[in-house]
Amino acid sequence: MNDALDVALRLLVVFVVFLALPLVIGQTEHKVMAHMQGRLGPMYAGGFHGWAQLVADGVKFAQKEDIVPAEADRRVFQLAPAVALLPYLLVLLAIPIGPSEGAVGQVIDAGVFFVLAVMGVGVLGSLMAGWASANKFSLLGGLRTAAQLLAYELPMLLAAASVAMAAGTVSLPGIVHAFEWWWLPWQIVGALVFFVAGLAELQRPPFDMPVADSEIIFGAYTEYTGLRFALFLLAEYAGIVVLCGLTTVLFLGGWHGPWGADGLGWVWTLLKTAVLAFVVIWLRVSYPRLREDQLQKLSWTLLVPLALAQIALTGIVKVAIN
Amino acid sequence: MTFAAVGHGTLAAAAPQGFLSPTGVEIAFVLVGLVTLGAAVVTVTTRQLVHAALWLVVALGGLAVEYLLLTAEFIAWVQVLIYVGSVVVLLLFGLMLTRAPIGRSPDADSGNRPVALAVALAAAAALVWVVVDAFRTQWIDLDKPQGTTDVTGSILFRHWVLPFEALSVLLLAALVGAIVLSRRNAARSESPGPPRAADSDKEQR
Repeated sequence: MNDALDVALRLLVVFVVFLALPLVIGQTEHKVMAHMQGRLGPMYAGGFHGWAQLVADGVKFAQKEDIVPAEADRRVFQLAPAVALLPYLLVLLAIPIGPSEGAVGQVIDAGVFFVLAVMGVGVLGSLMAGWASANKFSLLGGLRTAAQLLAYELPMLLAAASVAMAAGTVSLPGIVHAFEWWWLPWQIVGALVFFVAGLAELQRPPFDMPVADSEIIFGAYTEYTGLRFALFLLAEYAGIVVLCGLTTVLFLGGWHGPWGADGLGWVWTLLKTAVLAFVVIWLRVSYPRLREDQLQKLSWTLLVPLALAQIALTGIVKVAIN
Repeated sequence: MTFAAVGHGTLAAAAPQGFLSPTGVEIAFVLVGLVTLGAAVVTVTTRQLVHAALWLVVALGGLAVEYLLLTAEFIAWVQVLIYVGSVVVLLLFGLMLTRAPIGRSPDADSGNRPVALAVALAAAAALVWVVVDAFRTQWIDLDKPQGTTDVTGSILFRHWVLPFEALSVLLLAALVGAIVLSRRNAARSESPGPPRAADSDKEQR
């Protein structure tokens, strides 16, 4: 009975984090973007600096009529947002935020493989949405999503494999336990490749060709309204949380910190994740959208060779220090 | 998945636990096996092209769950990563790029149904026979993990290195072959005259 209670509690905590952190990042995005562009951002809802803006948005989305286009494939169309969102919830289960047993939703032996595999499934949601909408803009968006995933999955995997080689394990807590500060310069190329490829997989600017609102009107999500559209948005922000958390855990040493008191490991993890999330927002404001051919070129001619070079370097250093 | 379910039945029958008092894991295994089989059958019988690809996701995912139930965690995640995450995405990409009508496509049947059925049955029979013959009375102790990454890695690279490398070379050959084929088609389509329909079809695959 105690085990069941333990599992239920962990699931509940992960679920709350899953609902809360994306909202925090969304609100931060509102404010950070506004200040970078010399304006205020939402100021009214909730009184203090518009803190309740996203809650108000949520209420608005919930009130909207749920429309399925007449020509659409109903069931696939309605299922797509769930397929896009749920994988990120599952991934969040496996990310450790502190060194103790209790600081991770579920210890998974092949953690790196688990998170990358499940994150890849999320893209199926966009593909289903793009096809089922019976709209050529959506189909174009779906196509671009698929092409982008195929291009960026490989460098992401290779970069993660490099860390796994360095740590000698594929378990996420195991990798952080093995972390030393000099891994940071050693794995820096892999970290950059992982982060950039992750951004592309989330279709965040500057890699937002699949949703490009000014040319294909949000791509796969063109026909969505109300709650289902909100679920896609939530998936994007949950994706930011997951990507930043993973980069923290794999490359930035997770709960290790210069003044790392034992009880404060989770603060370090959250702090690093937050800084990375800020970088994600920063990139959105400062870079123009990459064209489709530039996207493919960046992955195949730059990121993949860099990731392979990182793996070679990891192997050489690993053999040398042994 | 057929052979897995049947193979499991044989294992259970030979086991000390007996066939008639299955544990929770065994019941789950059989149920997931049935779902997987059902999804696979729908995949090949549905008349909606994209639905077939999506049912394939269910079938491949079901297989991953079966691996998980057998505590082969690493294999399960690789199954999801490669098949659900990449192969199906590639398949959907190909479908969307060529044609993916919403609704039924009555011309999707090629008339090879009986032949395909015969091949499928023969392949299933061969696999079931091999698996049953190889693991006759062995019993997997599911209480402790058997297929961790550690174990899988050391067995793969200590005992099965040669088949592993041979497979890598085979895949490399297939890759090179695909590049050669696509480049030849590209060169031909630049020459005067439209490419033949069969060629462009192959290219799109």
